[in-house]
Amino acid sequence: MKAGPSNSDAIKERFETLKRDALQRFGEIKGAEVPRITIGMATCGIAAGAVETKAAFEKAIAQHNIDARVEATGCIGHCYAEPLVVIENPGFPPICYNNVTPGKARALVSSFLVDGDPLFEYVLGALEENDMIPSVRDFPRFSMEERIVTALSGRIDPEKIENYIAEGGYEALAKALALTPQEIVQEVQISGLRGRGGAGFATGRKWEFGLKAQGESKTVICNADEGDPGAYMDRTILESNPHQLLEGMAICAYAVGAEKGIVYVRAEYPLAVKMIRIAIEQAEAKGVLGSGILGTDFSFSVSVFQGSGAFVCGEETALIQSIEGKRGMPQHRPPFPALQGLWGLPTIINNVKTLSTIPAIIKKGGEWHKQMGSPKSPGSAIFSVVGKVVHPGLVEIPTGTTLRTLVFDICGGTPHRKAFKAVQIGGPSGGCLPEAFLDTPVDFDSLIEAGAMMGSGGMVVMDENSCMVDVARYFLDFTQKESCGKCTFCRIGTRQLLNILERITKGEGREGDIELLTTLCEEIKEGSLCGLGKTAPNPVLTSLKYFRDEYEAHIKEKRCPAGMCRALTAFYIDLDRCARGCDACVGSCPVEAIFTTRDRKKAIDQTKCVKCGECVAACPPQYTAVKRVSPPHLAPRIERPQEPQE
Amino acid sequence: MVKLTIDGKEVQADEGKSLLEVCTDNGIFIPSLCFLKEMTNPPASCRLCFVEVEGLPKPVPSCRQSPAEGMVVRTDTELVRRLQRSALQLLLSAHHVDCRNCHANKRCALQNIAKFLGVGLKPKRLEPLAMEFPQEREHPNFIYDPYKCVLCGRCIFVCRKRTGYGVLTFARRGIDTVVSWFGADGPDSPPCDRCGECVNACPVGALKSKETVQAPMEAAGA
Repeated sequence: MKAGPSNSDAIKERFETLKRDALQRFGEIKGAEVPRITIGMATCGIAAGAVETKAAFEKAIAQHNIDARVEATGCIGHCYAEPLVVIENPGFPPICYNNVTPGKARALVSSFLVDGDPLFEYVLGALEENDMIPSVRDFPRFSMEERIVTALSGRIDPEKIENYIAEGGYEALAKALALTPQEIVQEVQISGLRGRGGAGFATGRKWEFGLKAQGESKTVICNADEGDPGAYMDRTILESNPHQLLEGMAICAYAVGAEKGIVYVRAEYPLAVKMIRIAIEQAEAKGVLGSGILGTDFSFSVSVFQGSGAFVCGEETALIQSIEGKRGMPQHRPPFPALQGLWGLPTIINNVKTLSTIPAIIKKGGEWHKQMGSPKSPGSAIFSVVGKVVHPGLVEIPTGTTLRTLVFDICGGTPHRKAFKAVQIGGPSGGCLPEAFLDTPVDFDSLIEAGAMMGSGGMVVMDENSCMVDVARYFLDFTQKESCGKCTFCRIGTRQLLNILERITKGEGREGDIELLTTLCEEIKEGSLCGLGKTAPNPVLTSLKYFRDEYEAHIKEKRCPAGMCRALTAFYIDLDRCARGCDACVGSCPVEAIFTTRDRKKAIDQTKCVKCGECVAACPPQYTAVKRVSPPHLAPRIERPQEPQE
Repeated sequence: MVKLTIDGKEVQADEGKSLLEVCTDNGIFIPSLCFLKEMTNPPASCRLCFVEVEGLPKPVPSCRQSPAEGMVVRTDTELVRRLQRSALQLLLSAHHVDCRNCHANKRCALQNIAKFLGVGLKPKRLEPLAMEFPQEREHPNFIYDPYKCVLCGRCIFVCRKRTGYGVLTFARRGIDTVVSWFGADGPDSPPCDRCGECVNACPVGALKSKETVQAPMEAAGA
């Protein structure tokens, strides 16, 4: 049967059978009158102890000899609350529990499942509105998000295709197969979707190039080579909802006329690799992938390619080189991969988030997507917000939401009443934006105008204790280590930048360093071969633009305003605050720099101190006697007594 | 054949050639390290051969630009020269400048380009980067000096072209990138037929033939 409008009814019927089966199987699970415990088992959950929590639930259920199901799901995006557990106990609304340790798990089984007490002290919220328990929708962290890509993340079992189909999955593929490729490309163009990998190239246009490109075969590649420090959106999507991505890839393949698909995912994501492999197998068994999809003549097979973890392989030409078995080095463009990519044939490369948005666009229409968010970059943006925020995690918001809403309303602002200082967007290619830019809407153009970039979605929030020179140094250190070494500007230029920044943070900054940094940055931006080099200076340029005073303090006064650069700070103990006889700090010091003064208080030997800051943490909160100063000569010198005092 | 204007001069060019070759054929010197005529896809990695083409927003590497009818090219604009000087200064800052004792003295591409661009061999603007890698003497055919290497990749290209597979390759990342070869870490000697093309392709003094040193020893061994 030929794919396309002529056979739309047959395709629909075929899909309806699939869906009926899935609903029936899923309905049996849902309809059963036994309690259901769902645990977030993505990498983030496992890291927080979900495996132990799951084992504790299973053991406790066996001990109490009750009938209950324990199931795994993906990540719901609330990293601060992991391990996250949802318990559906008949007679109660589904209740979400945060930070469920094995101890809490045992208590929940004995109190809630056996005795019917939902243990309010452990509750995060109910997933449905009810009279008994406050709903999670009352929290901004839940209510202000708008989820397209992550709508089903943490709600379905990623290892069960029926679960995805029962929630409306693969419906878009069935719909797409009843359209012509041109109609799909047009729909994506109407949607205004822009590539979520960072550069923001219009997806519809890319697909149009792919559709028109001539070649004996075409390939669709999903770029899941996520490598920014602190970014994990792609991993979470792969682990939580792999079928959505496969569906997006299949639609893309049908639209551009490709028969082969490759998911390029880094080997450091073993769980993501496992999930996508299981998903491919199941999808082929159900006939929504492989040969003759949904009974049509359209065939599309997907394989997984594991990258070895080079950041530069996220650049599309380097990614292609890597798949071809060569060293991952970017190539000059043009020719663009859409015309001449893998093995010299037309290749469409899209990011995980881009492809995962496609099913929703096909299902609800391009116009629907266009209406959402800001007009020039419509849709949703997924950020992994980390750093100094109360509620870190994965957030999906409509584009155009301001940074202030994202950082303060959704993620709860900076903890410990510390002042917000900057937000770093876009990883090593992005920039640091200060408080004055908090009202910048999150979309491709506004962020580039401000000097940052959307990037793939990493967002690091920094408070008053972050030194911006040190942050720039950190990112340059990263790009320098990840530079492929091919082109002069990136290989040597970033090293020169890094050397200057290292000098400045060590208090060896010189007059003229700021000017040299600026000109070097501009030349590297202009002269580099690929996106890595072209954007590598951004952290330096933005921090220079918005935090120039910090650079000047480092260079001219040898002072680190945030007190973070070790060479420029010193710790001392305020004798007026130090408690006589307390020696909490002494044991914490790894180098025995703390000694007892004549009046049985404590002081720091500056010649021994390595400035690790352990004593700050050890000093009891009622005293907070350990102080940090910059420049270091401000610390009062206290002589070590000749003989130890009792 | 197409007609184009380079630095105000009207020239005829074969579309199959790169702009870099067209300029060179017409007596216009374009600084470049990584380009060889035989390359179908030049790496464009040395970032020296920039030219400005009217209608394009930024300078482009001329090795990857094909000439087109009516194209207007400038090879000596301020922006082009600034980028070229900067790239050269960067290369020199990671290069062991010891011309007097270098076997490539007086036929070194870096010396030529520095002279052409009016850049001193020890640029004051950038601090020299101390390189940690010592000379590599294990290869049977040559001595490799990573502190002189400009990583143009010409040796890798000619080797791959001759042998059909990659004996030489890049290794490591970032500033630590070097040219290495398969078998460099193990007991096996690399599958090298000692043609010496790699040494001839080196535009600087990073590769030095061992032949003169090796030959008498081999004779003794055989």
